[in-house]
Amino acid sequence: MKTAAVNRNVRSRRSLSRNDRFTLSAFVGIPTLLQIVFLWFPTLVTVVLSFTYWNGINVSDIKWAGLANYKNIFFGSPVFYDALKNNVVWLLWFTFIATPLGILLAYQFDRKIKGHQIYETIFYMPVVLSLAIIGIIWNFMLQPGGFVQGVMGRDIGNAVSIWGNYSINSYVIMAVASWRHIGYIMLLYLAGLKAFDSSLREASAIDGATEWQTFRKIIFPTMRPVNVIILVITIIDSLRAFDLVYIIYGTSTAWPLLNILAFQNFAGQGISMKGAAYSVIALVLCVVPILVYLRNVFKEDLE
Amino acid sequence: MSATIVQNKEYKNKQKTKDNFISAIIGFFAFVWIFPILWTIWTSLRPYNDIISYGVFSWPRHLNLDNYFQAFRVMGLTKYFLNTLYVMVPSVILILFLGSLIAFVVSRYSFRFNLTLLLFFTAGNMLPTIATYIPVFWLYIKIGDLFGNRSLLYNNYFGIILIHVAFQVGFATFVLSSYMKTVPKEISESAILDGCSVFRHYWNVMLPLLRPPLAALGVLMSCWIYNDFFWALILMSEDSKRPVTSALRQLQGQYVTDFNLLAAGASIVAAPTIILFLVLRKQFVSGLTLGATKG
Repeated sequence: MKTAAVNRNVRSRRSLSRNDRFTLSAFVGIPTLLQIVFLWFPTLVTVVLSFTYWNGINVSDIKWAGLANYKNIFFGSPVFYDALKNNVVWLLWFTFIATPLGILLAYQFDRKIKGHQIYETIFYMPVVLSLAIIGIIWNFMLQPGGFVQGVMGRDIGNAVSIWGNYSINSYVIMAVASWRHIGYIMLLYLAGLKAFDSSLREASAIDGATEWQTFRKIIFPTMRPVNVIILVITIIDSLRAFDLVYIIYGTSTAWPLLNILAFQNFAGQGISMKGAAYSVIALVLCVVPILVYLRNVFKEDLE
Repeated sequence: MSATIVQNKEYKNKQKTKDNFISAIIGFFAFVWIFPILWTIWTSLRPYNDIISYGVFSWPRHLNLDNYFQAFRVMGLTKYFLNTLYVMVPSVILILFLGSLIAFVVSRYSFRFNLTLLLFFTAGNMLPTIATYIPVFWLYIKIGDLFGNRSLLYNNYFGIILIHVAFQVGFATFVLSSYMKTVPKEISESAILDGCSVFRHYWNVMLPLLRPPLAALGVLMSCWIYNDFFWALILMSEDSKRPVTSALRQLQGQYVTDFNLLAAGASIVAAPTIILFLVLRKQFVSGLTLGATKG
């Protein structure tokens, strides 16, 4: 089957006219050029800049810095470790709490429990909202005069600061981030479950397995390819996290993340390219999960 | 035999009670989930003074749409919505077009770099935005200077469109190429035997077959680009040219004291994506899942 397809392709290629060759080159060339110029080239430039001092204006002002920016980050910037910690907290929370909750919901909805259609819609709704709007919505919930303050019995006059309270803001940020993430995972998993052979489930029910046993022993292991992809997506999203925290705190480092530091050090007036170095660190951490993702998704093609 | 049936029935009844219980718990959480959205809408229907004088949970003295009219008038949302359209429509069309080109070539013609190309495009979609933005900013200015017009790309809709296309075309390529694999090769075979040129093969044969994934992707991409606020904040220097989500971000600072007005603004800006989602839910879901799990 596969060789036949390849042969067909080869034959069709041989019969290409000059015009067709030109069309094909254009078809491939234009999008590729766009990707290289506006995506890969800038990324590469950022990597190079991370080894330099530059004020971001004239190219002639770029000075080689060697590893100075990285040294500065690793040995002279305690905030880097705070950011790393927050990224890890984010990663752990998403991997062990938010993602499993999304999977659990998907499993229940796939069983078509009462009201599942309405529930699905509701849980997915935050995913279609812009983070700019999510920031505003949660501000209404948490700010002075907002709902949560009202529940706590605090009027506008004697409100407490929730975003500024370091003992609870991590939880609040995780909750808001999960508000979006759980629906997303639920949807992805639900699509995976739709392809699942329901006779397996019925067989295990007849054998007297409880729902939990069926899920743990039969469905979850069979869903392995989807599990891997969802796990990798979760990891990449955790390492790329930026928007939500930026919406809440702007460029301040009240709750630093690697990408927030990258943005802040770029956007600031600094002559060092520490921002570039920060984003290279975030990028390097992403490389392995991205490779795992690609390998899983293109498994058949790679063989 | 009959014993097992009775047992089975008993088991089923037990499971039914359990399921109702589970449904009730999830229902409670669903309410918690949607509550912040409902609360925002509720807030938007009340005048600010009501909350100031009577408290957050006070029974509403006035409920009306004043904040909504006010939001359109004071915030100038109409203008920003138009800006969004200028960015969104060309971006989505270009993403779908360019993505389908690559997907077409990769899945129908054997090239030495087929897989490399596909990997290259898919990986591109996963790069962190922050890692690119300073060079992109600088590149935009330089390209503008090269053509003697600094705002050729920077502070121009064209520049925002370009960056969206560069970032999202990888996702479109990936989704469309995995869909094209399911289209029988025989169709292309006969097209080629009939002497179809590459362009006609693409335009008249493949493109019509791609309607379902294109529709799904179109919906998803529209939503993503509509929701993006980052690029327009970075690459647009003029406030009045910003798309609506970026503008809202700015307005948040400006109207922070009148949060009922802001609530109305947020509800208005959220409405298109929520309506799109409720109406075209199927497209939404299939666009996303085609890409992520190759279902």
